[in-house]
Amino acid sequence: MPYDPRIVQPMREEMVRMGARELTTVGEVDATLGDPKGSMLVFVNSVCGCAAGAARPALAQALTHPNRPQQVVTVFAGQDVEAAARARQYFSEYAPSSPSMALIVDGEVVHFVHRHMIEGHPPADVARSLTAVFDQHCATSSV
Amino acid sequence: MSGHVFHPGHSELHGITVVVETADQVTYVGRYHEETTEGLLLHDVAEHREAPGGPSRSDFVRQTVKFGVRSVHRHLVIPAGTLRRLTRLVEWQEPAAG
Repeated sequence: MPYDPRIVQPMREEMVRMGARELTTVGEVDATLGDPKGSMLVFVNSVCGCAAGAARPALAQALTHPNRPQQVVTVFAGQDVEAAARARQYFSEYAPSSPSMALIVDGEVVHFVHRHMIEGHPPADVARSLTAVFDQHCATSSV
Repeated sequence: MSGHVFHPGHSELHGITVVVETADQVTYVGRYHEETTEGLLLHDVAEHREAPGGPSRSDFVRQTVKFGVRSVHRHLVIPAGTLRRLTRLVEWQEPAAG
């Protein structure tokens, strides 16, 4: 059952502040992930205070790096249920977890960050890992 | 372990994805909740049992690290007496032979 929208609103706003575009419907997901040109990071948001509470600031920090994905989009697991389920179909070889992140380049998932890779790590550590991945995969496609 | 408590007010492993190896050769990967006198409670648990021709425990854990936890139990209590080894998933290594 989804949480009270008022509780999760700050978590949505945190994503928007860092430049992510929210995908809240299946149509929005298909329109975005179905057009796989360039680099795109999909952030699966979560209410988990500790894992997502580290993942969001980590991504915000990583997105200040010169090399970064051309697009950053987000779906909210447990909140925008159908949109999140649809997004996961685009990286279905990976088991669902939240928070998680998929870096997609020209339609191919080139890196996946599972919840277990975030748990217990401070945001700076997660950000460092992300920027290394951005350097590897987004260096020629940054905006 | 870093000593960092992931979920304040709980044990150090609370909320962390762990590998649990049991005395009967079953391996579980799931999110640690708590350990009581009855056993260890995990959430969203994947399971591996050694079988001829099937993937080894090591393959199962490595695949889980890469592709995530394919949960087959929403919640699972592993009886206290059967637990042999408990490791963070990201720190798991095959025990040395012998």
